[in-house]
Amino acid sequence: MPGQKFGPAWFPGLIAIGLAICGALLVRAGLRERAPLFAMPQWMQRQRPRRAVAMVLAGLVAYILLADALGFHITGVLILAVWMRALGASWRVTALVAVVATVVIHFAFYRVLRVPLPWGVLERWAF
Amino acid sequence: MGVLAQAFALVFDPYVLWVILASAAFGLFVGAVPGLTATMATALLVPVTFFMPPVPAIASIVTATAMAIFAGDIPSCLLRMPGTPASAAYTDEAYALTKKGEGELALGAGLVFSVIGGLFGTAVLIAAAPALAEVALKFSSFEYFWLVVLGLFSAVFLAHANPLKGIVSLLFGLLVSAIGLDNPAGFPRFTFGNAELAGGFTLIPIMIGMFAVSEIIRNIGSIDEPWEMAQTKIGNVFRGMWTLTKRYPMQALRGSVLGTAIGALPGAGADIAAWMSYAMSKRFSKEPEKFGTGHIEGIIEAGASNNSALAGAWIPALVFGIPGDSITAIVIGVLYIKGLNPGPTIFMNNAASIYAIFLVFILANLLMLPLGIAAIKCAKQMLRAPREVLMPVILLFCVVGSFAINNSIFGVVLMLAFGLVAYVMEENGFPVAPAILGMVLGAMLEENFISSMIKADGRIFAFFERPIAGSLGILALAVVSVPLLRRLYRAAR
Repeated sequence: MPGQKFGPAWFPGLIAIGLAICGALLVRAGLRERAPLFAMPQWMQRQRPRRAVAMVLAGLVAYILLADALGFHITGVLILAVWMRALGASWRVTALVAVVATVVIHFAFYRVLRVPLPWGVLERWAF
Repeated sequence: MGVLAQAFALVFDPYVLWVILASAAFGLFVGAVPGLTATMATALLVPVTFFMPPVPAIASIVTATAMAIFAGDIPSCLLRMPGTPASAAYTDEAYALTKKGEGELALGAGLVFSVIGGLFGTAVLIAAAPALAEVALKFSSFEYFWLVVLGLFSAVFLAHANPLKGIVSLLFGLLVSAIGLDNPAGFPRFTFGNAELAGGFTLIPIMIGMFAVSEIIRNIGSIDEPWEMAQTKIGNVFRGMWTLTKRYPMQALRGSVLGTAIGALPGAGADIAAWMSYAMSKRFSKEPEKFGTGHIEGIIEAGASNNSALAGAWIPALVFGIPGDSITAIVIGVLYIKGLNPGPTIFMNNAASIYAIFLVFILANLLMLPLGIAAIKCAKQMLRAPREVLMPVILLFCVVGSFAINNSIFGVVLMLAFGLVAYVMEENGFPVAPAILGMVLGAMLEENFISSMIKADGRIFAFFERPIAGSLGILALAVVSVPLLRRLYRAAR
C-alpha cells in the first residue's frame, strides 16, 4: 500500500526471505551429506500398509467430493467399510461397526450437538 | 470469598462432574493405546466441547490430558511402547522392570508420581498465574512483541536438535497465519479471490489434521506389526510407594520443578520435560550405572515431570495468550470461542471461571488415583482394542469434527491437507510444534510489531527503551545467540 512503511506485504515478505535462507542452508547440508534426493518410508515397501494408507487418503478425498451429494450416512458407512477391510477386519465386524459407528456419530453430532450433517440423497427421509 | 464459592458451584454441578468423569475415561483410553496421544485427545475433544458452556468445555480438556499423560506409562510397562510421546523417555526402563517381575512397582510409581507432579504443577499455576497477570497489566505492545518473539525462539532453539528445521517449521506456521483479511492493514493476502481463504484458516481442523490424522497415517503404516504383551501379575499397585517416596523425595521434587518450568516455556511440553528430567535424574543419581536396567529412580523423576509440565503450560497460555505446549495451543482457541479471552484481565473479568479451572486441575489429579488403578486393572483389555476398527472410527470422527467447526466441507479439506503436511514434516525431522505456535501467534506478532513501530515512529531502538521490554528483548536475543555461540565454540575447538 503506498504511503505506508509497514504495509501488508511486509510480514509475508520477511517470512519469504527467512524461508529462502533456511532452504538454501538445508540444501547445502543435504549436498554435504550426499543424502538421496528422495527417500520413501519403510512401510512403502510392504504391500498391506501401502494399500491401507492409500485407501485412507482415497477415502478422505472421496468424503470431501461425495458427502454433499450422497449425504453423510451413506458416505460414512461406505468409507468406514473400505477402511476396515483395508486394515484387515473381518466382514462381520466391518458391517456391524460401520453401521453402528455412523449411527452413533449421527446421534452425537446431528442430534445432541446440532451439527447440520448433509443428508444428500436421503433428504426425503431426514429426521 | 464470593468468587471461590461461585467457582465451587461451577465445578460441583452434576453435569460438569459427569463431563469430567467421561473425559477421564476417554483420556485414560487414548493415553493407554499407543499411537493415540494427549494432544490428539484434545483435538478430538474440541468439536464436542464446542457446544458446551465454558467450564465443562475446559474441564474436559484438562481432565483428559492429565489422564492421558499418566496412562501413557501403562503400555510402556506392558508392550515396551510409549502410550504417548511423554512416556517415551523411560519406556525401556519401565519395560525392563516388568521383565524383572516388578511391573507392579513401575505402574504404581507411574501413577503416584504422576499425581504428585500434577498437583505440584497445579500449585505453581495457581500461585504464579495471578501474580504474573498483575505485572502483565502494565505491558504495552513492546512487551507483548518481545514475549511472542521469546516464545517463538524458545520453541525453536531450546527444544530441538536441529534448529534450522525448527525455523522452517515456524516460518511455515507464520505464513499460514498471514492468510486472509485478518491483518493490521485489513488487506486480503494469499486469498486468490476465494471467500474461504479471505476468512483465514480455522485452526481447529488444521490441528485435528496435524495431531490426529498424521498420527493415524503413521499408525496404519505399521499396521502389520503385532503388539506383544509382557506377562505380569498386577496386584496392589500402591505396595512400596511410601518407601519410594521416602527414598526419592528429591527426585520427585526436581522432576516436578523442571517439568513445570519446561511446560511454561512455549513450544516445549510434557515429552521434552520427561526426556530432560530422565537425563537429569541419571546425571545426579548416586547409582547412574543402574539406569536402563530396570531402575525406578528415573521413572519417578520423569513421571512427575511430564504431568507437572501440563499445568505449567497453562501459565503463559492464560496470562499472555502464548501457549506453553501443543495442548494449550489448541486450548487458546477454545478459550477465545468461549469468551474467556486469555490475557492478564482474565483474572478480573472471568475470575470465577478461572478459579473453577484451577479446581478442575486439582480434582482431575486427585481423581487420577482411583481411576488410574481401574485403568491399570483393565489395561490388558484396553490394549487388545482392535486397531483395524479403532483407527477408521477415529478417522470418521475427525472428519465430522473438522466439518462441525464451521459446518463447511472446507474444514475437512484443511484437515486432510495439514494431516499430510504434518506427516511428511515429522518423517523428515521437522518438528510440528513450532508450526503450530507460528499459526497461533502469527497475528499477535505482526499486530504488536506494527503498532509498536507506529508508536516509535520507525525507530528500532524504541523496542529496548522500556525496562521490561528491553530485558525481554535481550533474553530473546540470548536464546538465539547462546546455542549458536556454543556451536561455534565447539567447532573452533
